[in-house]
This record gives sequence, C-alpha cells and structure tokens, in this order.
Amino acid sequence: MDTLYLAWRYLRFHRIKTAILVAAITLIVFLPIGLRVLVDQSSRQLTARAEATPLVVSAKGSPTELTLNTLYFSSDVPARTTYRAASEIQETGLAPAIPMYVRFRVRDQPIVGTTLEYFSFRGLELAQGRQMTVLGEAVLGSRAAERLGVGPGDHVISSPESVFDIAGVYPLRMPVVGVLNFSDSADDDAVFVDVKTAWVIEGLGHGHQDLSQPEAAAGVLRRDGNVVVGNAAVMQFNEITPDNIDSFHFHGDLSGFPLTAVVAMPPDQRSSALLQGRYQDSELSQIVDPSEVMDELLDTILAVEKFVIAGAVTVGLATLATAFLVFALSLRLRRRERETLFKIGGSRAAIGTVMTSEIVAVLTAGVLLALLLTFLTQTYGDVIIRALIR
Amino acid sequence: MVRIEGLRFRYGEGDFHLDIPELQVEDGDTTAFIGPSGSGKTTLLNLIAGIIRPETGRVETRGVEVSSLPDADRRRFRITTVGLVFQEFELLEYLSVLDNILLPYRLHSALSLDSEVRERARSLAERVGIADKLDRHPRRLSQGERQRVAVCRAVLTDPPLLLTDEPTGNLDPVNRERVLDILFDYVRESRTTLVSVTHDHEILSRFGRVVDFRDFHSTGVAEVSPGDEEGGGA
Repeated sequence: MDTLYLAWRYLRFHRIKTAILVAAITLIVFLPIGLRVLVDQSSRQLTARAEATPLVVSAKGSPTELTLNTLYFSSDVPARTTYRAASEIQETGLAPAIPMYVRFRVRDQPIVGTTLEYFSFRGLELAQGRQMTVLGEAVLGSRAAERLGVGPGDHVISSPESVFDIAGVYPLRMPVVGVLNFSDSADDDAVFVDVKTAWVIEGLGHGHQDLSQPEAAAGVLRRDGNVVVGNAAVMQFNEITPDNIDSFHFHGDLSGFPLTAVVAMPPDQRSSALLQGRYQDSELSQIVDPSEVMDELLDTILAVEKFVIAGAVTVGLATLATAFLVFALSLRLRRRERETLFKIGGSRAAIGTVMTSEIVAVLTAGVLLALLLTFLTQTYGDVIIRALIR
Repeated sequence: MVRIEGLRFRYGEGDFHLDIPELQVEDGDTTAFIGPSGSGKTTLLNLIAGIIRPETGRVETRGVEVSSLPDADRRRFRITTVGLVFQEFELLEYLSVLDNILLPYRLHSALSLDSEVRERARSLAERVGIADKLDRHPRRLSQGERQRVAVCRAVLTDPPLLLTDEPTGNLDPVNRERVLDILFDYVRESRTTLVSVTHDHEILSRFGRVVDFRDFHSTGVAEVSPGDEEGGGA
C-alpha cells in the first residue's frame, strides 16, 4: 500500500501528463470497439423498422431514397407515384395499401400525409386529444409536439420549400387535434395529416370565396352562363375551418395525385411474392423490400466501417507507440530517482512498483474508461443512432 | 563499527581502482574523507553502505559482513542501518516535505510506518526549522531547507551509521553551518557514527578524524591506515 501511495502521488503530481496518456489509451481501445458497437446497434435498428415495413411501391427511382423517405421521412423526396398505385394494390386483394406523401415540413418536422391505417400499422396511440377526422387537421408525434411547442387546440403552419417559392407550396394553417405517445421511432418527429391535406398544401386542392355570392363580386373576372371565372382578387383560405371546409375542392382526378410511396402489407409470403411479381417488369413503378434495401445499405456501411476501423487501429497503434515512447522517456527521466531509492535501500519490489505504476495505472485507467464508454455506447447508442438517422 | 580489510575495487575495465588494506571506524566516530575528485571517497561510502561490492576484501559494519550479503539483504541492511545524505539532496519532487521524510518507511517491508514514526518525522522537522513547510513540495523550498529535509529523511530510522556525501556542497555559508549543527547535534545525542565525504576544508575541525585520500595516491592507490588518517588533510 505504501508504494501504491507513492505511485498515486506521482500520478497526481503529473496529472496533466497522466490525463493525456489516459485519454490516449482510452481512445485507442474505445474507437474500434465503440465503432463496432454503434454499427451493430444501427444495423439492428435500421433492420428492425425495415422488417416491420413489408413492401413499398413507388415510381422508378432510387430504392434507398424511397426506403429512407418512407421509413424515416428523410428530406430527399423520391420519384413520385400516384394515388392510383394505392388503389391498384387494394384492388389486387393481395395486400392492404397505405398511401404516403412525405414531402412538406413544418419547420424541421416532416409532414406525413397518410391515412388512419398508418397509425394501426405502426401501433401508434394517442397520448392527448383525438385522431384527425376532417381535412386540414394534424396529429403530432411526441417529439414534434415538444419541438414545435404545441398541443391539441394549437395550430401548425406548413413551411415553404424555398424562400423563393412564392407561388409554390401553400402555407396551410392546421389545427393540432392530437399528440401521439412516444414510440422511440421516426414517427415521434412527424406531423401527420390526411393525404388530402398534403395535397392541399401542394396546391392541388384549395378553398376560396363563393363567387356566386354578392360579396365576392370583386373577384369575378367574367360569367359565362353557369361558369364563373375568378380573377386574382379572389380570397383563398389558408386554413380549413368548419365554416369554409365545404369550399375546399380538388381540381382533377384524385387517382392521378402524387404520392411518394405506397406501403403494401401482404398477409403472407405467397401474396408478397405475387405482388412483387406484378412489378417485376414494370417500367414506371418499382416495389422494394425495405429489409433488402437496408441490408445492401448495411453492407456498404460495413465495408466503410472496415476502412474506418483500419484507420482507427492504425492511428491507435501510432498513439500507442507514442504513449510507450512517453513511458520509456519517463522511466529514463526517473533513473536518478530509481538510483536514490536503491541507495536508500528500497526493496526491488517497491522500486519496481513505484517505477511501473505510471504505466500500469495509465493502461488500467485507459482500458477501464474505454470499457465504461463502451458500456455507455451500448446503453445509450440507440438514442444516439436514432438522433443521427432521423 | 566499520572494518575494512584487504579491499580492492575497480569500475569495469577503467583505470580507476581503489585499494584499502585496512580501515576501521569506531562507534560514535565522526570521520571526514577528503581528497581530490576521483580518488575514491564516494566509492568507499558506497562500499560501506553495500551499494556496490568490492572485487576482493571485506567490508564489515556492526559485525555484519556487508560485502558478502546478497542484494536483498544489503538493501535491508541499508534501510535499517544506514542513513544517507547526498550533495544534491535527492528529494522526490512529487512528494511533500513530510512524505519525503517518511520515504524510507514506504520502500521496504523491514520498516513499518505508524503514528509514532509520523510523530517522530514531525518532531525532526520542527527541530530543523521546517515544521511549517511539511505540505510543500521540494521545488518550493530553499537549498538549505531541502538539505534539512534530506537530513531528516536520513535520520528518521535512527540509523547507527550516517553516511553523508558532500552534505554542504550546495549550500551557502549560513545554511552550511546550520545543516552541520543539525547533523553534529544529532550524532552527538544519538551516538551515531558519521562518515562524511567533503571538499570543504573549513568544516574539517568539526570532525574527530580526517582521512585524506591524496596522501595515498602517490603510489597510484589509496592505501589508508588509521595512523595515517589522523589529521592528514587538515
């Protein structure tokens, strides 16, 4: 114990050098292990949500972009398909279909245009308020509600896609009618609306003054029998309320309206295979299995990981060599101290303990800290990864 | 107390060699070794302490033939029997004054550090005037204070033999006198045997015996005998 006391005093006196060495050893040990743990956990997480999403249909394009947008509501919008694709899947009787339109945002939170089936599909439940029932209503994920600082009774407004997009996305003011329970998934960040509400935001549907009424006379450009042509002075509504909801309408065929994806949920392998077969030769559409896309993505990540780990190991070895150089120089600098202890009559064991304590303590502390960091990474890695892939 | 017979020592293949047919230092003696650098004074101290071993001959201290002991026993002998004071003090920079004084008790299982030893360390520090600096590190002490710490460390185990190598070599006259007063007061009170290497002829009057190595180098070897030592270098 007495020699350990001397060792402790030495380390304490040289605490900055000791701290730097401990940090270096910690990083050498932790970097490859921690990286491995993070990659394993991210693999599991990516795979888990992908496996819970059987099939995704969309227009031909990047399967990765499609999968990330559909599963994690990423801002890269895939090639668009139409609502007809959802209807066609339903009509095959092979799988229920959920339309998804993930293009717009409320500040940084994605607006997910979908149907009520999505909530039961993901097992999402309300924490407050009620489900959306009419056009224009929004239900928020727990984190989205927290970040936007809103709850049932408040409103959210869709954001323009670009500050220069004056005539583009409709800034729709939407009442928040419900907030979902925390699900620890990408759904927590979403602002859910009916897919038709998403189309209103896109400008495919709108509501305005009734031009047949006298108070809208200023907005009439010309009348041609029953046809009334409005001018630019017609007031459009930027919020759907019980008073104006009847004035909201869509121009064109709904089946041709855009979707970013259709989630298909075949009940069995056979239905899944049959459904996939239908899209095999399609030139316009694609059907992807998110698990396969994620597996490919993970293969790429693992390949990159190997390079990163190789780099980390190389840097680690260089750092280790430097650390041992520091140890060697330290021992050399302490030669006179060693001689003094010997002359006084210190035992071989005591002097050995005092001299090697720096190396042993630094290595032990470094490895223990690395293990602690690895444990923390294992415990909280999920949270970090979710934050990164949201 | 210290008896040397037929001692011969050399460092490797170099020219230096030390031959001492016979030398005896009695209990309670205060003996100074003087002589030019390289004449073997410090080497002889190291041989007496068992730090190094002679090629031939006997070095016996308090009835123990130190030169024939194995390394572990010589270490035990030094830590229990010999107090060492060095010219450069050789304090450990990372230890406080108190921990430096207590150092021998942390280096060998032959010594046991207890409250009595701690109290003795404090008492010694008070006696040499550094009691208020026990928590300081050596770099925050003056040269004189450092040597006083080194003296406390050397005498803490109450050794019967005190070996000092140029103990005042790095001190100004005031501190030199103070350190010597402390050393000689201690030696007188505890009847400790003191053997000291020095170049400082001004302090030789304090010693009971002086051995001048120069007198014995005319033939190329240091041949020391009790009769020649008396007042030889004064």
